[in-house]
Amino acid sequence: MKRLYRIESAARLADRVYEYWIHAPHVARHARAGQFLIVRLHEKGERIPLTISAARGDAVRVIFMTVGKTTEELATLQAGESIMDVAGPLGRPSEIDNYGTCCVIGGGVGIASTPPIAAELKRAGNHVIGIIGARSADLLILEDEMREICDELYITTDDGSRGVHGFASDVLKRLFEERTIDRVWIIGPAIMMKVTSAVTAPAGVKTYVSLNPIMVDGTGMCGSCRVSVGGETKFACVDGPEFDAHQVDFDNLMQRQRIYTAQEKTALERFAEHRCRCGEGGEQHG
Amino acid sequence: MGERPAEIRIHDFEEVDLGLSPDEAVAEAERCLQCKKPLCVKGCPVGIDIPGFVHQVAEGNFPAAARSLKDQNMLPAICGRVCPQETQCEGVCVLGNKETPIRIGALERFVADWERQNNPTLPDVARPTGKRVAVVGSGPAGLTAAAELARAGHAVTIFESLHAAGGVLAYGIPAFRLPKDIVRAEIEQVLALGVRLKKNHLVGMSVGLDELLGYDAVFLATGAGLPAFMGIPGENLNGVYSANEFLTRVNLMHADAFPEYDTPVLHAGRVAVIGGGNVAMDAARVARRLGAKVYLIYRRGEEEMPARRAEVVHAKEEGIEFLTCTNPIRILGKGGVTGIECVKMSLCEMDASGRRSPEPIEGSEFTLDVDMVIQAIGTSPNPLLVSLIPGLERGRKGNVVVDKNGRTSIPHVYAGGDIATGAATVIEAMGSAKRAAAAINAMLKGE
Repeated sequence: MKRLYRIESAARLADRVYEYWIHAPHVARHARAGQFLIVRLHEKGERIPLTISAARGDAVRVIFMTVGKTTEELATLQAGESIMDVAGPLGRPSEIDNYGTCCVIGGGVGIASTPPIAAELKRAGNHVIGIIGARSADLLILEDEMREICDELYITTDDGSRGVHGFASDVLKRLFEERTIDRVWIIGPAIMMKVTSAVTAPAGVKTYVSLNPIMVDGTGMCGSCRVSVGGETKFACVDGPEFDAHQVDFDNLMQRQRIYTAQEKTALERFAEHRCRCGEGGEQHG
Repeated sequence: MGERPAEIRIHDFEEVDLGLSPDEAVAEAERCLQCKKPLCVKGCPVGIDIPGFVHQVAEGNFPAAARSLKDQNMLPAICGRVCPQETQCEGVCVLGNKETPIRIGALERFVADWERQNNPTLPDVARPTGKRVAVVGSGPAGLTAAAELARAGHAVTIFESLHAAGGVLAYGIPAFRLPKDIVRAEIEQVLALGVRLKKNHLVGMSVGLDELLGYDAVFLATGAGLPAFMGIPGENLNGVYSANEFLTRVNLMHADAFPEYDTPVLHAGRVAVIGGGNVAMDAARVARRLGAKVYLIYRRGEEEMPARRAEVVHAKEEGIEFLTCTNPIRILGKGGVTGIECVKMSLCEMDASGRRSPEPIEGSEFTLDVDMVIQAIGTSPNPLLVSLIPGLERGRKGNVVVDKNGRTSIPHVYAGGDIATGAATVIEAMGSAKRAAAAINAMLKGE
């Protein structure tokens, strides 16, 4: 079987964080901010969703952290190699409009999703404030790109090694005290989105979060990605991935993200063992 | 050759029914009365010349039988296995009045299998017409329309959102009823007619509506892929699946072979499957093969199950325990599933559809200890694409409204299969696709 989707470039951005440009015209030409794609690396691969972090010509950019077998395996692929399947763009695009002042917040590898949203908001005439946060300075990604797009950019690190010592939610709190913010986007780990969106709830400011539950088909067919939003069951793949943060049951999301913890561990261990036997271990991890 | 014994087959995904040997096939075909006005053909949604191909089998002329079959049906090995013949061709066979009907499905399967193993031949393809047709979805309806239109000389492109063609044939029906190499082989035959297949392409997302509607004709066959959930408490616990998800993980993604394949599925000791249709039987029997004790919970009686009788029998043989006149009211657990609370149902009143309407019996609640729940209570038309097409009329259940020839409210757009009818059978989808393909062909030829 022919692998159609060539990796045009592969770069390591930070520890366990990689940036790939993949040739996928059908995705690149239609991608909008907030959407994702699904990859399947090979005949025996699983389907995993990855946020579309940029699109240029016939190529899309994905930025991912190696958290399991498939992302580890993807990170071993070099420019010039190919991926068997890329489907997308999937999900509803971000609700872009001219709202006034918008804040786009990315946490960790979730920063990957922020440039297209910030850029489209900017194009729509908004004053765009970016907040990007990571555990430490060396894990911070896309700072230059976000600085270029946003009218203002704030940096936070958990350990204070760069920017504000603390969390994105701390900066957001301060901004809320100082001025009016009309819309907020938060993309990051579930717990970060839960905590950060709590800041905007008292003021009743519409806040979007991009959810990342486990998916299979990504087209609304299986319901693996169902999330509880405002007491209703929604499918993140077709009803989302962005939802009103103040309606999301984050605890259920986090619970459902752990369904296959044991199997994920098995798959990862088996993959690490296989790579050691093949003499490929170590170096790729950087 | 019969069926593999239940105690053996529950340990694998190999086919249950072994099919007919050539001698058995000839002997069965010889029973056919060759009726002058064959009722069986009327009972076949795709109009196969049943007496014709059965006669060829009786003569031992299997290649001629295969040509005859393929003239009306490009997916005979699939239909021979999954069609509900007992309510269609075999159901109206006059031999059924006195003895047993001709086993038309088994003969169709035999001929198709024989041909696949002995150099398949393709039907003739007409000279190119220069017309382009887009088929959306590669399930039974999409494949059938594509084959018909390609044979008429049109340039057909199928758009499929998944990484594999076949739709429900690939993700839904388990290998022990429909082996996946057979599905692939019959799809290859359709593609060999010159049909182009674009996988990983979601129309409306990866393919613009302008591009779609720019084809000379469009056939929508996006299926009824949207799974229903009961809406009872505990549904979002880990270990609660839609049948679609559970079956997709195993049938399409090979989660049964995890970790050799990357997709996992939970393995439970005790599984409750909710529903009484073919999909419920499939889910129950897959769960059994993954090693579970399986309960099948259905709110009506066994005789009212919409599943094919043969599948009910197979499920029972394989040790699935049926809890009929039982309805789940809550799924119990914290994080994962620990049980399911049910109530017994009485069957007294007839409802509007003529089926008795079950009512809960007060005080009959009980809890079943299970660690997985699979809901197989139906699916509805996939709204993803059809809701995006301006001017496309849809029915109350989200289905695309069509006339008997598959015409929609947009002149050059047709629809067939489950997206038009709601969830139905493979062969009904194929029948509607054939009618639509004939209408599309007539339109393109300016008739």
